[in-house]
Amino acid sequence: MISLNLNGEPRELDLDPEMPLLWVLRDHFGLTGTKYGCGRSECGACTIHLDGEPVRACATTLAEAQGRSITTIEGLSPDGRHPLQLAWVLEQVPQCGYCQPGQIMMAAALLNKHPRPTDAQIDEAMSGVLCRCGTYEQIRRAILRAANPEVRNG
Amino acid sequence: MADAKHGPGMTRRALLKVGLAAGGGLALGVWLSADAETRPAASAATEVEPNAWIRLLADGRIELMLARSEMGQGVMTALPMLIAEELEVGLDQVEVVAAPVAPAYENALLGEQATGQSTSVRDGWLKLREAGAVARTLLIQAAASVWQVQVSECRAHRGSVHHSDGIRRLSYGALVEVAAGLEPDTRVALKSPESWQLIGTSPQRLDVPAKVLGRADFGLDIRLPGLRFATIYRCPVLGAWVQGWRDAAALEVPGVRDVFAVHSGIAVLADSTWAALEGREKLEVSCRPSGNRRLETPRIEARLQIGLKGRSAVARKHGNVSRALAKAAQEIEAVYQVGFQPHVCMEPMTCTAEVRADACVLHVPTQAQEAARALACQITGLEPERVRVHTTFVGGGYGRRLEQDFVADAVELSQAARCPVQLIWTREDDFRHDDFRPMTLHRLRGGVDDQGRVRAWFHRVVGPSVLARVAPERIRDGIDDAMVEGAADIPYAIPAARVEYRRADTPAPIGLWRGGGYTHNSFAVECFLDELAGLAGQDPIAMRRQLLAESPRQLKLLDHVEGRFAWGEEPPAGRARGLALVSAFGSHIAQVAEVSIQDASVRVHRVQCAVDCGSVVHPEIVRSQILSGIAFGLTAALKGEITFTDGQVDQLGFDTYPLLRFDEMPEVAVDILPSVAEPGGVSGLAVPGIGPAVANAVRVLTGQPIRALPIRLPPS
Repeated sequence: MISLNLNGEPRELDLDPEMPLLWVLRDHFGLTGTKYGCGRSECGACTIHLDGEPVRACATTLAEAQGRSITTIEGLSPDGRHPLQLAWVLEQVPQCGYCQPGQIMMAAALLNKHPRPTDAQIDEAMSGVLCRCGTYEQIRRAILRAANPEVRNG
Repeated sequence: MADAKHGPGMTRRALLKVGLAAGGGLALGVWLSADAETRPAASAATEVEPNAWIRLLADGRIELMLARSEMGQGVMTALPMLIAEELEVGLDQVEVVAAPVAPAYENALLGEQATGQSTSVRDGWLKLREAGAVARTLLIQAAASVWQVQVSECRAHRGSVHHSDGIRRLSYGALVEVAAGLEPDTRVALKSPESWQLIGTSPQRLDVPAKVLGRADFGLDIRLPGLRFATIYRCPVLGAWVQGWRDAAALEVPGVRDVFAVHSGIAVLADSTWAALEGREKLEVSCRPSGNRRLETPRIEARLQIGLKGRSAVARKHGNVSRALAKAAQEIEAVYQVGFQPHVCMEPMTCTAEVRADACVLHVPTQAQEAARALACQITGLEPERVRVHTTFVGGGYGRRLEQDFVADAVELSQAARCPVQLIWTREDDFRHDDFRPMTLHRLRGGVDDQGRVRAWFHRVVGPSVLARVAPERIRDGIDDAMVEGAADIPYAIPAARVEYRRADTPAPIGLWRGGGYTHNSFAVECFLDELAGLAGQDPIAMRRQLLAESPRQLKLLDHVEGRFAWGEEPPAGRARGLALVSAFGSHIAQVAEVSIQDASVRVHRVQCAVDCGSVVHPEIVRSQILSGIAFGLTAALKGEITFTDGQVDQLGFDTYPLLRFDEMPEVAVDILPSVAEPGGVSGLAVPGIGPAVANAVRVLTGQPIRALPIRLPPS
């Protein structure tokens, strides 16, 4: 039996401890916001937070989450109005949208660590999450918008 | 400008259908048909036929049908805008509903219900506005009859008809019943561009909120009662088939339910995706030896090399090229090579199927609903009306999801397993079993006269035929249009020109790709033009200008590049600029790439684009698509390609086929030039030109022509 906290709720699971969190979330909990992109830590589409740190859910086993807190895109904010989600809407970031939960979770971890990130810090954090649609410029603008709310008035 | 009366070109008939809405109440469907034969049954059904563009419900809801796949290109917003503009409703007042498969939803430019080749807005531009206008006219008529006034005293605004007295007002919902009894007028006037409220503006995309909350359902996100997950082992050598297998170890994996053979390989059915994947790892499979072991990149190159000489089909010919070359002051010949490219949709191929004895439902991220249904009918033996195709959000398409291989897998699996099945292709499967943008070789010869004018142009495209498999009926006189687009239809006026196609099929599986044949031909054409300009000692823009005297739209783009983009000014030290001009999908684009070479690799700092895509429905979506096309094209131009060894694909992940990263995205400026022309396509528009724009800049930096994509720098 594995105990963990998922999006603020304590949970107990009797599943194969070797199962990657990606599939625990998607197939067991039905939290399909976390995406499968490659299954080998190369694309970042499955980025979630484990105790606030960004991890790849495809490469993190259930056993590794024992006693820890997981946050997924569904639990990023109680009402879907995390500053990054609002900025993502205002900057109209997504195209196909498939990688965006991973992008947002990576950006949220970045802002947790660096509330006012520099361009270099944004580059470093975000370059591991791939977007085939090429929404990178919009992502950068959305991060800057969320991090600097006073800069824009609109 | 007066209202644009719709003239004699209008052949569609407007039909109304009244019935009970699914959720209760009356619904009015407005339906346009080019063909009276497809008129829906006249009797009032218990539920309104869903093949209408607009459904007005008595409770006030307004549903607009979306008959194209939303895969990032914005159709979920741009196409409803066309209807809403004429219907006089706001996007905030409508619900967009994915259309089922029906004749009304055919894409006239593709000849089937499908999304691809940058056609959606072009296909919908007139008919969706007409649908909205017919409904608006009808509702105004209905209100006028209720009030016993002239229709000229009534106008529609935000989902209601208002009387000119400023007091009387009836919502569309309240008018449904009256409107249903009227005969629709098809000779409606479309709004004049000056009165557009929506077209030309950039409202928030309707798909964005769900996508930032993680609530947008892509194909892999479908969850159904009793759903099982499945994956398939396919032989790694392309075209090889399974000889035998052992499944004992696989069946021991907790959660694995069954292992069985399907057409494409050995399927593992399980309670979770992970169990299916783990089970597949434990399978022991032997594959039959395949002749495709000879599928090797060097062999394909050799095969294409042979095609550079010898017989060919002529795609375009005017003047006498041999004579013009003989008379030229200077001439050059060059061979360009463009490699295989994968689609790599971020959401790998998937389909969820539920096959029962009397019905089949597909939940699928597809670009080709009609073909998906036809295939499901073929496999199950069910009649078309028994097969429903539900289009999910599509996690990238790029032409890959015009294919039906993953649909066939899922239907077969569900039929065999007797339960709903979600099929997942892993990333490796997705790379290995793609239908690639083909490799091509291009032999060009060109001659300039003593004043530096291009007098002779020869271009031979050598490559396998894409249409031979996907649309053989479109091959005429040996010409595969999908292979010569961007070569045979170049806008440049050259006195003697000859464009040839030499079909050279290879065992590599190939298919349609974002930007189509333009992606290889524009590279050869635009780079060769710069080589000719260099030969003649001319500026690349001046060289193009003299060939575009009769092409005002392209000339305007060049003016913009020279003026607004300050083409003549020196770039920052260490950088060079390269230009490419592409006319494709009814649109035109000039791209300027500012490039440097750092640590022996190409770095693209900035891309400036001047775009003429005719009338623009949603400028921000156009801009996004241009950025997107640049990222897609840069991956192919700089990052990698697909190669084959011993019949297998060498690149099976992002380690060996890296995508353009966040920190590699150039700064992009997009200027959309005003135009009142018919809209052109934009999804594929920026892909073809970015490669040659970068290559032309690299040539300036290195002094060496770049003749292959992806770009490999010459040894310094």
